[in-house]
Amino acid sequence: MTQTYAVAVTVNGVSYKRTVEARMLLSDFLRHELGLTGTHVGCEHGVCGACTILLDGESVRSCLMFAVQADGHNVTTVEGLAHDRDDLHPLQQAFWEAHGLQCGYCTPGILMTLIPFLKQTPDPTEEEIRHALSGNLCRCTGYQHIVDAVKLAAVKMK
Amino acid sequence: MKPAPFEYYAPDSIEQALDLLREHGESARLLAGGQSLVPTMNFRVVQPGVLIDLNRVEELKYIREEDATLRIGAMTRERELEVDPVIARKTPLLAEAMPHVAHPQIRNRGTLGGSLANADPAAELPVIMLALRARLKVRNADGERWVGAREFFVGMFATDLAADEMLVEIELPSTPPRTGWSFMEVAPRAGDYALMGVAALVTLDEERRCTQARLVYLNAGDGPVEAKEAGSALEGKIPDAESINEAAELASQKEINPFGNIHTSPEFQRHLAGVLTRKTLNQALERAQGNVLQ
Repeated sequence: MTQTYAVAVTVNGVSYKRTVEARMLLSDFLRHELGLTGTHVGCEHGVCGACTILLDGESVRSCLMFAVQADGHNVTTVEGLAHDRDDLHPLQQAFWEAHGLQCGYCTPGILMTLIPFLKQTPDPTEEEIRHALSGNLCRCTGYQHIVDAVKLAAVKMK
Repeated sequence: MKPAPFEYYAPDSIEQALDLLREHGESARLLAGGQSLVPTMNFRVVQPGVLIDLNRVEELKYIREEDATLRIGAMTRERELEVDPVIARKTPLLAEAMPHVAHPQIRNRGTLGGSLANADPAAELPVIMLALRARLKVRNADGERWVGAREFFVGMFATDLAADEMLVEIELPSTPPRTGWSFMEVAPRAGDYALMGVAALVTLDEERRCTQARLVYLNAGDGPVEAKEAGSALEGKIPDAESINEAAELASQKEINPFGNIHTSPEFQRHLAGVLTRKTLNQALERAQGNVLQ
């Protein structure tokens, strides 16, 4: 029988306890065990950035971590940003207003990359924004509107 | 699930990790930041029977200044190296290379020790360690030994580490006075694997004569590649355009051995190496001369 391991993790302020195989990726844990499907899974080998989440406040790729490694840690996913559907996080509102998403597949990972970036760089230049986004692939908008949305978000979040 | 099944251990001390490594031997892999190992496990290219996760070994996470040297714990995250003020002051070459190491999310997780033990010829950190003449502290359950960066990297994804050994500390000598540094690379997109990259470190004497020049290349062979003849060609001279060109020719046409890949031919890599050698040498010399005046 395959060995399982206990995982206790706080996600978006809620404590969860599950027992999983060590090989379960954190991305799959969030989606399949906790039902938090806002974290998207793209390449599953650390290239596309779609599965980016916050681990103790820092952006990481959840497909390159095992769920057991998150034991005792704090995770934030895109579901943790908005209070409810009519009260979006200013970063989400900026993406809406500046047309920063098209199909939306890459959006959760991009938002979770930008939360710590805008905290560390509240007044970013366009070059800094483009560098911050270098680890997230978008195949729809061509990044221009995403960059516009980040500029707008920086103003809103001041 | 993507990876094949494995047994998982998360020790919280070096001793425990080394005991586990000795017990499980060849079937075990150490998990550092996981930014190279986990993708290969997701592809099932690598299927370790046992995974020993070092992320809870707090005693492997530090940056310490000790007299002339800098000591860095093997599990120090790449992001820490990028923002640390002591590293920026003591080893500016390392600080300059850090933003080129993959993407921000990768640097939040990836570690110095993990990158060195992985020994990817396209990686920046092995190149910087060789240029800086880092010394690496290696331990097994019986004791410790020190290995120079030149002896540590033995081939493509291959190091001097035995199956029961673990890299625990990296020691960096501080940059001597009148030393200039420069790191540059060319990548299709920021954060992607570079087609070619060069680290240059140049020391001048009081007459601005070059006493030491080191040029190390990534993606130029089966490990970090040092162009020793190019470096020697500059030593003893007051570097000018002619001697810089000579060094760039030697390094790019003779000493490196790039293989090419889907994005580039070996000839283009040699061309880039020549251009980048001239640029990094010029910048390093400018910085070294700035230091002469101080």
